[in-house]
Amino acid sequence: MTGGTASGPADNVIEVRGLITRFGTHTVHDGLDLDVRRGEILGIVGGSGTGKSVLLRAIVGLLQPQGGTIRVFGKTVGDLSVDDRQMLERRWGVMFQDGALFSALTVCENVEVPLRVVPDLGDALRVALARLKISMAGLPWTANDKYPSDLSGGMRKRAGLARALALDPEIVFLDEPTAGLDPIGADAFDRLIVELRDSLELTVVLVTHDLDTLHACCDRIAVLAEKKVLTTGTMADMMQVDHPWVHEYFHGPRAHAAMQSGRRKE
Amino acid sequence: MPATSTPSHSLTVATEAEALVLAGALTVWTIDKLPAVSDRQTRVELSGVDLLDTAGAWYLACQRQAGAELQGLAEAQARLVDVVAAALPVPEPAPLVAAGLRAFLDRTGRNVVDIFRNLAELAEYVGRFIASIVRALRHPSEFSLTSLVHHCEETGIKALPVVTLMAFLIGIVLAFQGAAQLRSFGAEIFVVDLISISILRELGILLTAIVVAGRTASALTASIGAMKMQEEIDAMRTLGLDPDMVLILPRVLALVLMLPVLGLIADVAGLVGGALMSWVELGISPAMFTTRLVAETSVDNVIVGLSKAPVFAVVIGIIGCRAGMQVQNDAESLGTMTSSSVVQAIFAVIVIDALFSIFFAEVGL
Repeated sequence: MTGGTASGPADNVIEVRGLITRFGTHTVHDGLDLDVRRGEILGIVGGSGTGKSVLLRAIVGLLQPQGGTIRVFGKTVGDLSVDDRQMLERRWGVMFQDGALFSALTVCENVEVPLRVVPDLGDALRVALARLKISMAGLPWTANDKYPSDLSGGMRKRAGLARALALDPEIVFLDEPTAGLDPIGADAFDRLIVELRDSLELTVVLVTHDLDTLHACCDRIAVLAEKKVLTTGTMADMMQVDHPWVHEYFHGPRAHAAMQSGRRKE
Repeated sequence: MPATSTPSHSLTVATEAEALVLAGALTVWTIDKLPAVSDRQTRVELSGVDLLDTAGAWYLACQRQAGAELQGLAEAQARLVDVVAAALPVPEPAPLVAAGLRAFLDRTGRNVVDIFRNLAELAEYVGRFIASIVRALRHPSEFSLTSLVHHCEETGIKALPVVTLMAFLIGIVLAFQGAAQLRSFGAEIFVVDLISISILRELGILLTAIVVAGRTASALTASIGAMKMQEEIDAMRTLGLDPDMVLILPRVLALVLMLPVLGLIADVAGLVGGALMSWVELGISPAMFTTRLVAETSVDNVIVGLSKAPVFAVVIGIIGCRAGMQVQNDAESLGTMTSSSVVQAIFAVIVIDALFSIFFAEVGL
């Protein structure tokens, strides 16, 4: 969205403080803090089971944390009135791992769903806007009338992104945007994310395992380990951290390969 | 959607000579206030626009495409319009669709072909079931007895309460209705013949088959369909396991074994219900009921009734399994196939029962 929008305190659009989440006796997060700045692409990384997706679900309010506060645009998620909550939900978009498209609707109808909350938006206009979003997400015209089950994994992700972007949100959450895509598709998706961020002035929070994605698009990286955000910073900062897991992650053979390809692209 | 939860964006639209002057928020919330894109405007004045989103940018990109000149856009806004203009979807011609009578004929033809294809596929699955029985006889080690016993419990033992109660109540209803009619002729004792023949020959097994069709066909479709969705069936094939042997054979065989047993229990429960009601309503003692039953009702009735059970069982099992195998990759098809397998199974049971009636009448049983 272009133009002036009321910004929260400082320029943090998301502030997580002292987050505690638990499943039964298993503690996933214990006093986790995280800041997301306006207009950045933040990558959340961490080993399997460190609660990356759980953190994402807690921020968007799909999961009630056991403690701590989460503030998005300066508003505390969790104690909002229904109307305020709807207003807030309209300012973010979420893309789930496999797109989470409604299987009974075509791709175009899926993208129309969020647009239906806009009063007085005519059918023809709504369809035209949905098709624009689908095209912006890099899908061909023929995808409009297909059902999610007829699409490949990569196309479903793109359709999920188109739906997340339907109402021009200010923050987009992406859960494993490139998991299960071939390298060419993943590359294209990385470029798409950066391109959309630049043109729509989005703030992007993405959970990923993909070192190439981290190199190609993330401005900052937050590492989840030991039940909290261990460290945040740029890729260069990450290389300096001497925590064993972080060191292993960013200095392993895969990391070297990803870094070299990242340099070549630059 | 309550009006309070929509953002308060305001847009002012003014038309001057050949120019459209817009000011305020040009977003998806205000886009309906804009005039339709036409080639009358040659200039769009936008210096007053302070909020622009992709919907607004789409409108501006369309205006520009129609020949209008955009003026006064901030740099970031102009960039957004360029990005949107580059992504404007290019329509591709839709495939030709038949309409009216042709569409009707087209649909009817497809449905008829589908029916025959379905029947052919059912025949195929019956064949595969028989082939897997033969294979199991030749290679007994490939057959899983544990699985068979498990499915016998699922489809047989667990269906016992509902089948017994249903047959018992049917017996009561028959005795009650029969008593009301036969009493006016003073022919109360014939209520025994009414109950025994109708239950043993038709109702016991038919209603049991219908209950099992509803209960088991849906369960078979849902369980096999869920496996199909998770690619478990493909995984089995790659591991050298034959889905016919592993999935279909134990399930259908369990039904073939259990349905006659359920039918027999339903017969007994129906007779008990009938005897009880005859005693209460007509004063026919259980002893008299038994004597009359043994003397007047041929055991042929039971044989005729129960001989249909294995056929019903195969049909229910095959329809349920086939529908499960046809589930596609989405959750909706699982639901559609589950409900269609129940409808098909019940319909098939009734049609086959009618065919059996004609057959037995011709044979003279």
